[in-house]
Amino acid sequence: MRVRELVIIGGGPAGLSAAVEAKKLGVEDVLIIDRESEPGGILKQCIHTGFGLHVFKEELTGPEYAERFIAEAQERGIEIMLDTMVIELTDDRRILAVNSRDGLVELKARAVILAMGCRERTRGAINIPGFRPSGIFTAGTAQYFINIEGYMPGKEVVILGSGDVGLIMARHLTLEGAKVKCVAEIMPYSNGLTRNIVQCLQDFNIPLLLNHTVVNIHGKKRVEGVTIAEVDLNRKPRMETARYVSCDTLLLSVGLIPENELSRMAKVQIDEVTGGPVVDQSMQTTIEGIFACGNVLHVHDVVDLVTIEARVAARGAADFLKQKKKRIRPATVPVIPGEGLRYVLPQRIDLDGALEETQNFFMRSVKPMDRGRLLIQSDRGVVMSKNLKFIRPSEMISIKVKREILQQNNCLKISLCEGSENGD
Amino acid sequence: MTDVVIIGGGVVGCMIARELSRFDLSVVLLEKEEDVASGTSKANSAVIHAGYDAKPGTLKAQLNIRGNALFDKICDELDVPFKRIGSLVVAVKEDDVKELEKLLEQGKANGVSPLKIISKEELFELEPNINSKACAALYAPTAGIINPFELTVALAENAAQNGVTIRFNSPVVDVKACDDGMMMVKTPHETFHSPFVINAAGLFADEISQMAGAEAYTITPRKGEYLIFDKRCSDMINMVIFPTPTKFSKGILVCPTIDGNFFIGPNSNDIEDKHDTGVTSEGIDEIIRGARRLVPGLPLENVITSFAGLRAVSNTNDFIIEASRKVKGFINVGGIQSPGLSSAPAIAEMVIEILQEEGLTLKEKNNFNSRRNRIYPFRELNDEERKKLIRHNPAYGHVICRCETVTEGEIVDAIRRPVGARSLDGIKRRTRAGLGRCQGGFCSPRVIKILSRELGISPLKVTKCGQGSEILKGRTKDFIDSDGDFNES
Repeated sequence: MRVRELVIIGGGPAGLSAAVEAKKLGVEDVLIIDRESEPGGILKQCIHTGFGLHVFKEELTGPEYAERFIAEAQERGIEIMLDTMVIELTDDRRILAVNSRDGLVELKARAVILAMGCRERTRGAINIPGFRPSGIFTAGTAQYFINIEGYMPGKEVVILGSGDVGLIMARHLTLEGAKVKCVAEIMPYSNGLTRNIVQCLQDFNIPLLLNHTVVNIHGKKRVEGVTIAEVDLNRKPRMETARYVSCDTLLLSVGLIPENELSRMAKVQIDEVTGGPVVDQSMQTTIEGIFACGNVLHVHDVVDLVTIEARVAARGAADFLKQKKKRIRPATVPVIPGEGLRYVLPQRIDLDGALEETQNFFMRSVKPMDRGRLLIQSDRGVVMSKNLKFIRPSEMISIKVKREILQQNNCLKISLCEGSENGD
Repeated sequence: MTDVVIIGGGVVGCMIARELSRFDLSVVLLEKEEDVASGTSKANSAVIHAGYDAKPGTLKAQLNIRGNALFDKICDELDVPFKRIGSLVVAVKEDDVKELEKLLEQGKANGVSPLKIISKEELFELEPNINSKACAALYAPTAGIINPFELTVALAENAAQNGVTIRFNSPVVDVKACDDGMMMVKTPHETFHSPFVINAAGLFADEISQMAGAEAYTITPRKGEYLIFDKRCSDMINMVIFPTPTKFSKGILVCPTIDGNFFIGPNSNDIEDKHDTGVTSEGIDEIIRGARRLVPGLPLENVITSFAGLRAVSNTNDFIIEASRKVKGFINVGGIQSPGLSSAPAIAEMVIEILQEEGLTLKEKNNFNSRRNRIYPFRELNDEERKKLIRHNPAYGHVICRCETVTEGEIVDAIRRPVGARSLDGIKRRTRAGLGRCQGGFCSPRVIKILSRELGISPLKVTKCGQGSEILKGRTKDFIDSDGDFNES
């Protein structure tokens, strides 16, 4: 069995960014394994712009953003094993992969970075009643058909869910000559970025129906229409509001799920809220030497933050590889989400690990708020607070916390209260 | 000349076709859809029942017991996975125990063996996640699980290997007795003349019987809805778990699948439309409520899909398997509701006997091949077998379906073998590509490409389940108006 220094599973934005950074930090042997025939992951099909504003200070398309990292990976001699599916990962970092050229590939990695990304929630996961005809696609699959294969999945489209992929597809389908009849969103607010609501729906007069859902799918062979209805405060459909919308296609943009089948195989602890691994500040999971970054860890709204997170994971892996002797299980400070927040990441701080002067925490609110106050509490009371404006569940909140605060407390809870203290 | 025409490519029609293929006969099977197992056979509980449910003396009771016993041999010959995992009928209140005792007596009268009532302690030993109120259960070790479409496909393949002609997209538009004592069966494309016609048309058997001028009966579609859970939750239960039955139904069960998932369902609602396989939100609520009585801690966040199937319930409430007294050569095999799948092998035996009584001469072929091999299931092989397979054919190293680990080699085999897949659903049923937790989100574009390449058709012609269910609507730019504008709202 061949031993490799750092193996990165997944060659999308997270994997590529991590690989380049690890090489820069002196890791000599870096291998990316990707299941597709070209690296770039989901960026390959994201031909719209809006990528790179933080990292490159310019606006790129998805393929352009990926290309910068692919080119750098090539320059730095990073090996990318394509068309290869990892089918097993163990907690002692043995990897079993398969492809047509080499058959089964067995590797032992000294460190692993998980960068498998996420998949889309499907109709089954949200239980939409009705028939099971053709013409029901997840938004990302429709995007793949159009942008990679050059085929139109439909001509008259209803979109359920207002996640970013759905919003982008509403615009794209319209530009391709399809008619997008409406976007129905079960929540009282959109799950997409504000800029996408403006640029993809409002600019094209596509109605966004908040508090609405699809209650039935019609058509036995092909979708012929859907019934949509308003929902009440408990998100139960009010059937008296039901109406039929004819369409040949239903697109689903109802959420993304981090793809952690391999992580589970390797006994990595999964956070039930993020759907991704529990990590410390170096993005190390609960299994030593296995790190995670990107959408496999938690679903991001912009790719630039994936790159930034991947660099942290790469540094973590590089430091781990330089370690002379195995460390005893370190003392950790748990960081838990309190009221008003769905999750906080990283979920714990390793006090023996490298700590920057300030540590970034990422979190999502449970609901939109115009103003809110973020409170960081320990068992001694509030240790830090910050006022925030225009809070949306779809837009990640980040906060920098000083090293001393992390070192002086046994446990931290971060919560978000609506409103703000006077004056702010 | 055709010796026997079989109408219907469900598990019953295919089982009969395979039995007939042992003999020196010309047999044609007509299926209105584009694949076998397109009706009731693809959407049911997939349980091979032990045989205690049916009233002694009914065809259901007799054929279930006989059918159950035949499954080991058939599945061995056809290389179809089948596991006798056993079933439990659970009593959740003291009154139910009396019902269990009645069932036990009925089972004994039917000849089910072994069969016994087990205590609460034994039950929790077997099923730790069962409702804590459960007080006893009827345990039948001979109950099994199978993949009903894999079985049906295997039967059809083996029948075809042995010379049976299978015609798809061939709804019967006319069937009648002719003056010469033969029967005529017409589809939109062809007309067959045959002395014997077997009506195994499932939900539509009543219409076919009426069309032929044979005995009148009615088939009512009885809908059952199901939810399937992610393989991740496979350790929730170990056996087929039934509630104590009511007058109307065996009830909503919690049951493992042969492929490692588990499901809950079905409910039981008589409907009118024989095509209405739509799932309803009331139905989903009903099966969740029902299943929670057996297993309270259902991991509902891990549901991967829902579906509904229609049972073909006859007005006699028993199977109708008999030669018509009105139309010579016409044999009804109707009303095959539960335990139809379990009984199918015995139904086929019975139909062969009826054919003989009706004057068909059976001469065994000397070249009948009873064996059929499964598509190599990459995910189930060990590493040595996988290496060997990829060396032999590199397409087995190319994983197409990530959730179920299905390779290109398997998909190509599913298309190229006899009675090969012609649609996404056909591939799904033969290989499991698209049946996993992402429900084809990842693999369907890739499978469409392979189907297009192998069948030599445009991706625009690739369907989900036959004509009218094409997946793609056009090339990009096809829908843009000539002036280049997009359609304004």
